[in-house]
Amino acid sequence: MTLLSTRGLSRQFGGLKAVENVDFDLPEGQVRALIGPNGAGKTTYVGMLSGRIPASAGTVTFRGQDVTNMPAHQRIRAGMAYTFQITSIYGRLPVHENVALALRWRTEGDEKETAKRVADALERVGIADRAEQLAGDLSYGHQRLLEIAMGISQQPRLLILDEPTQGLADSEIEDFIKLIRGLAGEMTILLIEHNIHVVMQTADAITVLNGGQILAEGTPKEIHENAAVQAAYLGTG
Amino acid sequence: MSDTRKSWSLHLAVVALLLALNFVLPEYHHGNLARVMVLACYAMGYNMLFGYTGLLSLGHALFFASGMYGMSLTVQHLGWSAGPAMLVGLAGGLAMSLAVGLLSLRTAGVAFMIVTLMFAQAGYLAVLYFGEYTRGDEGFVIQKASRQIMGIDLSDPMNRYLAALILFAACMLITLRVVQTGFGRVLVAIRENEERTRMLGYDVHRHKLLAILLSGTMSAAAGAGYGLLFGYAGATFASVQYSIFPLLWVLLGGAGTVLGPFIGTLFMFYLIDLSSDISTAYMLIAGVTLVLLTLFAPQGLVGELRRRAVRWLP
Repeated sequence: MTLLSTRGLSRQFGGLKAVENVDFDLPEGQVRALIGPNGAGKTTYVGMLSGRIPASAGTVTFRGQDVTNMPAHQRIRAGMAYTFQITSIYGRLPVHENVALALRWRTEGDEKETAKRVADALERVGIADRAEQLAGDLSYGHQRLLEIAMGISQQPRLLILDEPTQGLADSEIEDFIKLIRGLAGEMTILLIEHNIHVVMQTADAITVLNGGQILAEGTPKEIHENAAVQAAYLGTG
Repeated sequence: MSDTRKSWSLHLAVVALLLALNFVLPEYHHGNLARVMVLACYAMGYNMLFGYTGLLSLGHALFFASGMYGMSLTVQHLGWSAGPAMLVGLAGGLAMSLAVGLLSLRTAGVAFMIVTLMFAQAGYLAVLYFGEYTRGDEGFVIQKASRQIMGIDLSDPMNRYLAALILFAACMLITLRVVQTGFGRVLVAIRENEERTRMLGYDVHRHKLLAILLSGTMSAAAGAGYGLLFGYAGATFASVQYSIFPLLWVLLGGAGTVLGPFIGTLFMFYLIDLSSDISTAYMLIAGVTLVLLTLFAPQGLVGELRRRAVRWLP
């Protein structure tokens, strides 16, 4: 079953066509990586999926519903969770309150249930022992994990991760790969990622964007062997 | 004891203390404190928007004056009694904050400050323009006979103090309750990181609008109360000066704290009062003190207290 699809999705900034005519289908339950060189339009494309950036043309369908004109906050409530490319948390609030804010609209004021789910989400990403700290005092790697905890605490149908491993140490990246694999059965994941190692280790399928258009789509193996992708992105060899 | 319980106990204790002071304060300070309590309601209204939601308005005098004139003009020209006239003041503040909110929230940051400032200036000029009714700068006195609610004479110092305390307690406990709810926490989240809050699934615009309504109506309650208790309405209360005052009070006392606005108002009131005893250049003394406070307690008095010692303060 298709969870998310776009048809003819485009976005122009002045004369620049950042994303052009993208047809895309994401089946429920898949971990899909979206890759492409810098400036390929990945962030713009995902911005249109989540509602942060209005589309110039085309449609976005989520769970069978046309959400092209739906404001971002309603898309989140419809089951999309979004983590930012640049860490975006509430630095001056405690870690647990960061997560509580993410899910309070789901628990409808039941603070006990909220606290339980907050604890679960923090446990899941491995920072439960830091719940009382101010989020701004966490290390960078832990802040990224907190952001993922905020995402998964919403129990979304689709989790969008925009460059989640950017700036992480190698050991942290290995933990991240494990985390994504653990989540894979529970939710559909769209992963925008630069780190090819992470992509190869986690993705069921890969979509390659280049110059605002889809260049190739397939399994990690197919993409790895695709000559056009190698030329555009992976480098020859 | 949970933090919530501690907060309620503390704030109810403050109300009890103020009630006790009614019976022991000398006449001069008794009158001052009544005035400070009403002005603190204005500061609390301002704090809801500035301190908790992070929206800096430079036009709150418009809401204060809406309450004041909504109340006093209906008493003066329509001959309504004080109770219903208070409600007119509140309704005036609500309507005005809805109009200003819908328009000004299309902007953010500095533009929001300018737009609110302009609306307030328009309000001030309107008060002058309709001088036939408002008597402009000179203002008008609300007759003693009109200042009664259910037969209680509000010009009597004791009654006035108690009425001010009731208004104050209502505003403070409403604020305390709001900041403990999910709604209040979302306001803080908007202040801290608006885009993140939107992308967590909250309608940021709706929350901001509700914050303006609450803030504007509370400010209007203060304006209406001030006119009624102290018997005077004048254009000064609609001027830019009265938009700046609540900002100062809140900054001094601690933005985003429930008690801060009251402490800030009290502090500033007595700072000017005491320094004017010492010298005619009292604004200089007040100014230097304010600069020192901003340097050494940038989060305001209650804000510093929370940062250093009492982390659970709401």
